[in-house]
Amino acid sequence: MATATYARSIAGVTGISASRKITNISMLAFTGLATLLCVGVLFFILGYLLWNGGRSLSLNFFTQLPKPTGETGGGMANAIVGSGKILLLATIIGVPIGFLAGVYLSEYSNKTFAFILKYVVDLLNGVPSIVIGIVAYALVVQPMKHFSTLAGGIALGIMMIPIAVRTTEEFLRSVPNNLREGAMALGATKARTIFSVVVPAAIAGLTSGMMLNLARVAGETAPLIFTAFGNQFWSKGWLQPTAALPVMIYQYAISPYDDQHQQAWAAGFVLLALVLTINVTARLIISRGASSARR
Amino acid sequence: MATPQQQQLTGEALANPPVPMAHQTSMAVSSKLQANHVNFYYGAFQALKDITMGIRTNKVTAFIGPSGCGKSTFLRTFNRMNETIRNTHVEGELLLDGENLLEMDVTGVRRRVGMVFQKSNPFPKTIFDNVAYGLRVNGMTKRSYVQEMVEKSLQRAALWTEVKDKLNKPASALSGGQQQRLCIARALAIEPEVLLLDEPCSALDPIATLKIEELLFQIKDITTIVIVTHNMQQAARVADQTGFFFMGSLIEFDDTKVIFQNPTKKETEDYVTGRFG
Repeated sequence: MATATYARSIAGVTGISASRKITNISMLAFTGLATLLCVGVLFFILGYLLWNGGRSLSLNFFTQLPKPTGETGGGMANAIVGSGKILLLATIIGVPIGFLAGVYLSEYSNKTFAFILKYVVDLLNGVPSIVIGIVAYALVVQPMKHFSTLAGGIALGIMMIPIAVRTTEEFLRSVPNNLREGAMALGATKARTIFSVVVPAAIAGLTSGMMLNLARVAGETAPLIFTAFGNQFWSKGWLQPTAALPVMIYQYAISPYDDQHQQAWAAGFVLLALVLTINVTARLIISRGASSARR
Repeated sequence: MATPQQQQLTGEALANPPVPMAHQTSMAVSSKLQANHVNFYYGAFQALKDITMGIRTNKVTAFIGPSGCGKSTFLRTFNRMNETIRNTHVEGELLLDGENLLEMDVTGVRRRVGMVFQKSNPFPKTIFDNVAYGLRVNGMTKRSYVQEMVEKSLQRAALWTEVKDKLNKPASALSGGQQQRLCIARALAIEPEVLLLDEPCSALDPIATLKIEELLFQIKDITTIVIVTHNMQQAARVADQTGFFFMGSLIEFDDTKVIFQNPTKKETEDYVTGRFG
């Protein structure tokens, strides 16, 4: 029997190894191709936006209001400011709520409750952005009877909460427990320990996590369409409708005018540049924080 | 800070100072910490079994024993650090200066009973702010006082000359041995009556270990020291009294000399002579 097995394996050697070689090489080819496509898509988008958007970008884009439909020129100063205001509101609303809930999750809650809470937060994270827009519409726009910057800020703020919770929880959990014990052994209360030792120890991760969170909602369009609505002029205040870059892109991209298409490209380029800047800054903070912690 | 009961006691002692009263007074003075029939449980697991022991004022007491014998757990009952672990409970009586420390405010207990941990745990702050932390959380924020205490504590921890020019540098920039001495300085800053040390040298090289042992001799005058150690030579070098723990029980507790040279229990003898453990 031993001889038979041996003979069979000898006979099979050349065949098996040839087919193995082919599998091996084709796997390398497939995975490599997929990777190339991934990276390629990003660079294609970047290149395309740079080509189209960069061409239409001018100083006017940042300083002027949109021109009436049909006229050429003008800019999106109001949408840039509007996006800034909405994101500021979203941060003011979403980050503190998410941060405090994350502190509770990491430092206070027991295992069962933490599990349920995390599940709920993940569900909230999975709610489609347009549904969150409807909620903000029902809660803010309808009672106030008009669209507003505030409603847009609340919609994006709600969208920031789940990631803010999970980011806070994760980074606080990564703080070694002996720091907590050290502070409490000196007579610090639990709250004092958390806010004077644990949070400072995680501050680099927390800051960058919140920035990535902001970058993620900066491009959201759907929740803004029926909350912030849009505006061809300067917004009259926090309780009035405002233009925002993503909504502007949507409106101009579906318009029949070539000039507005160009403006939409420019807006897309500015938005992407903004998001990339936030992203890279956040990652720089993370890596700096990590290296100083290792020191 | 004395309770009415204590005041009454002192009053009586002054009024008629016969022999039995004097005896009682000397007990109260010498036993800084007293554990009576202490049991401790992690969930259903009993980690400490009926431990009774008195820790003498301004002496160094060492706890030795194999891993998992309960010596660290027992140490942590004195500043109630075990309460930070869920699903644990303690039974029995724990006295600090004759007062039940389980009924005191927990932050007050920890202010009086300081602790240094196995792994040095400097906060992500400057050297100065690390030492000042205990003062600040206990409401001592006057700048001149904080500065004075930081310097004094760093000197007591034999670290001052090494760090006096870089007090505003992050504590993480110090070496392992320096970090542990910083943690000792941090604990000393609030002038605790007792200092608990949980294997403070287990991560340090022999030179750093020697420095810490030397400083224990220095600070013995100002604070009562309890040290858990795996290193029997260390216990023999630094401790006035030594307790041997095994399987959650206190097997033997006596003067260090007796424990190492003439123990009464066979388990103790086997352990200190290296025959098991």
